[in-house]
Amino acid sequence: MKREISSNESGWSRLTQSPYFIYLLISPLFLILFAYVVYPFYQTFLQSFNGENTLLNYQKFFSLASPANLEALWTSVYISVISVFTCALVGVTMAFLLERYEFPGRRLLSVLVLVPMALPPLVGVLSFTFLYGDSGIIPRGIQHLLDLKQTPFALKGIWGVIVVHTFTMYTYFYLTASAAIKGLDPSLEEAATSLGASRIRVWSKVILPMLTPSIVAASLLVFMVSMASYTAPLMFGVERTMTMQIYLSRTNGNLEMAATQSTILSIVSVTFLIIMRWYQNRRNYQNLSKGISVHRSEVSSKPLKIMAVIGSFIGTLILILPILVLVLISFSVDGTWTIQVLPPEYTFDHYIALFTDEKTWRPIWNSLQMGFVATIGNILFGVAAAYAMVRLNFKGKTLLDILIMVPWALPGTVVAVNIIAAFSTENIFAFNQVLIGTFWILPLAYFIRHLPLVFRSTSASLMQLDQSIEEAARSLGASWWYSFRKIVLPLTFTGVLAGTLLAFVQSIGEFVASILIYNTSTMPLSVAIFQKLYAFDFGTACAYGVLQILLILIVLVISEKLLKGSAGSAL
Amino acid sequence: MKSVRLEHVTKSFGKVETINDLNLMIQPGEFFTFLGPSGCGKTTTLRMIAGFYYPTTGKIYFDDANVTGLQPNKRNIGMVFQNYALFPHMTVDENIAFGLKVRKMPTTVIRKKVDRIREIVHLGPYGNRKINELSGGQQQRVALARALVIEPDILLLDEPLSNLDAKLREETRVEIKRIQSELGVTTIYVTHDQTEAMAMSDRIMVMDRGHVQQVGTPQEIYNRPINRFVSNFIGETNLLEATIDEVSSEDLIVTTCDGWTLRGKRENISPLIKLKIGETVYVSIRPESIQQGPGENDLSGIISFVEFTGLSVQYIVNMPSATLKAMILNDGSPLKQIGDEIVLNIPPEGLYFLGE
Repeated sequence: MKREISSNESGWSRLTQSPYFIYLLISPLFLILFAYVVYPFYQTFLQSFNGENTLLNYQKFFSLASPANLEALWTSVYISVISVFTCALVGVTMAFLLERYEFPGRRLLSVLVLVPMALPPLVGVLSFTFLYGDSGIIPRGIQHLLDLKQTPFALKGIWGVIVVHTFTMYTYFYLTASAAIKGLDPSLEEAATSLGASRIRVWSKVILPMLTPSIVAASLLVFMVSMASYTAPLMFGVERTMTMQIYLSRTNGNLEMAATQSTILSIVSVTFLIIMRWYQNRRNYQNLSKGISVHRSEVSSKPLKIMAVIGSFIGTLILILPILVLVLISFSVDGTWTIQVLPPEYTFDHYIALFTDEKTWRPIWNSLQMGFVATIGNILFGVAAAYAMVRLNFKGKTLLDILIMVPWALPGTVVAVNIIAAFSTENIFAFNQVLIGTFWILPLAYFIRHLPLVFRSTSASLMQLDQSIEEAARSLGASWWYSFRKIVLPLTFTGVLAGTLLAFVQSIGEFVASILIYNTSTMPLSVAIFQKLYAFDFGTACAYGVLQILLILIVLVISEKLLKGSAGSAL
Repeated sequence: MKSVRLEHVTKSFGKVETINDLNLMIQPGEFFTFLGPSGCGKTTTLRMIAGFYYPTTGKIYFDDANVTGLQPNKRNIGMVFQNYALFPHMTVDENIAFGLKVRKMPTTVIRKKVDRIREIVHLGPYGNRKINELSGGQQQRVALARALVIEPDILLLDEPLSNLDAKLREETRVEIKRIQSELGVTTIYVTHDQTEAMAMSDRIMVMDRGHVQQVGTPQEIYNRPINRFVSNFIGETNLLEATIDEVSSEDLIVTTCDGWTLRGKRENISPLIKLKIGETVYVSIRPESIQQGPGENDLSGIISFVEFTGLSVQYIVNMPSATLKAMILNDGSPLKQIGDEIVLNIPPEGLYFLGE
């Protein structure tokens, strides 16, 4: 008893009892966000004003005399709007077909439909140019088959970008729409039909309005991701997009202009983030009934059945070809594939070289190391932030939430420019070091870009964990740390792991920020692919790509097993 | 076994004060209940005793030790939660052993204690079961065993029966009371169910909107409620507004708002009443103390509802400005019907007078 009395009167106890103690606990989270999100952002902002006339850069940007920038802004918006429409069309249609109809090949298709998510951005674009580009396999194949003078079609320019966007981003619509359709109570439709509504009326007045929230949410997301898209414009040579302009300004050494362009693009992205969050909070149709079983209509008539078979075959082919072509080319001998339809010579050397040749192994090892470091950071920050967010009560929760989401909304190009602005000089947040040019710059970029991943998956599983379970442990004599280790962590482990794997895989594949800030001694895998491509070492480039895809597939399978089908939440 | 003492405890969340100047002394070994409607502050008070909240002002003592700011894990309490809060990733035995492991007891001792408590709560063969393989009642007993095995100084029970069905609730109620008196641990029980509180407690504290209304034994609370809130909340009662006509050394005579003159015992008054001629008071009449037929303190009205339960007949009787609920023991005489006039009388001992 004596011991308790004395401990009660100690300064520590008085501190922990104070209502402000909580702010001491969460201050490291805010410090990290301030140092690596707010401060770099602010530095870029400052840099954009650095002319003699403070608004000079903005005047240049919006001047009609040299319309390159305005044109870029317009092209970015234009591409993004069209991408939203094409993605919506493909995604929602796929969701309806796969959720509501039973036809031959449906099961295979419903697995493959998520393949685009397994493609790292650079690798996806790469396989598309190999397949459908100017000298792509399909156009050339048709040309040879029909003995034409020229290739009948080829993917290039803005339309190339849009096709790639559609292929890689329709999954956002597909996932949200199919979740919404799964939640649609069939009895609603039946009720409408029983009240005398025609099929068209049921669709326009019942089904579509119920899907609106998910479609709007996905539209905002696709618009944001399209605005941030960098790899597709780069590979298809569309220079007049915002991200490309930033890249060009940066490589031309015009840092102030890069900062100005970044600031403007950031404003667009953050605005969309805020609209998205506002919209999600505002309206959400919850189904009132529980445990609905969706019934699938069987496709029964013969002609329809044949059409369905052909359709799902083509769909399957389109989805699987990008991976097949990567695998195929990864076996081709570097430098031999020129004007032929398919690579003429094959070898197994690239795969052997990956793990034996020091020079090809190096980028893999670099990416693994840097991804590992960044992910450790993401785990520590993500778990702590999720715990604070879900369990603690303090003012500034919304701010914390937004600050964590901002780096995710910012284009990778902008993140890179921000980092350059902040860490190309010594500063206190980099322990008085210049980070640019060191090993640490890329892990830092990965950490910032993937900030919300572990956070979101962990807070999702924390929310499912009843607070009284933790209190029970405390009442039984467990210290906070003991109950965190023995109760909270084991029970939220799957959530933490799912986010961690995702963050790791994303770090390994990260290209957009890497290309702007990597240095030759720590060249990451994605930049190596890019360089091999420009050196016409297609085989090696594709072997790297296949390796990345394998890694992602392993992670997806593990998360699927862990979360028993709810992996979508982490993505 | 320790006493619990609260001195001038208040608790505010933001600007909302949920507990207002609470003073309380709970004796060692006592079964003490916090009773009140939801939002009355009973759970908040319990959580301050457990250490999950700290009082805004005031002090909490276990025996003579000030525990006001002590962390929950250093208080040696056992707590049973409304939803049991069992650890879903552990077996029954692992759940029970958790507190002992925290206390770094040798494995053999833990084994023995776990086996013994499992017998006490009648969970003998279930040691290796997973939590989700147990029924609600069994989970309840695991939660109780887990809280008791650490031999807590104080046992805290937060509405532990509210998730059980009616039959199981009664069984478990008896069980908890049996285990508590067997082990003799000081117990604080939170509930909004007055039957539960009456049946189990040595003493009850009735709370409303952050204020203590009355502390006393179940009989005191039921028979001598201190104000209208307690009288209404505990059991069923009729409250009639009346004015004092006459105060003598033995009797108190009042006239109800319907003009009936009622004579009651002078001793059956709440301490908060002002005995002055012409003062407005409330007469509390329990339905079971009302008798049928003429007699002293008789009144009449029209029956608006009849319910025959076998043991008794319930009548709801309308009078010009009040309704009266009466419970008449079934003596085999024919029932009155809706619309009939009925004459009732109340023995003077059946009247209890309350102030505002």
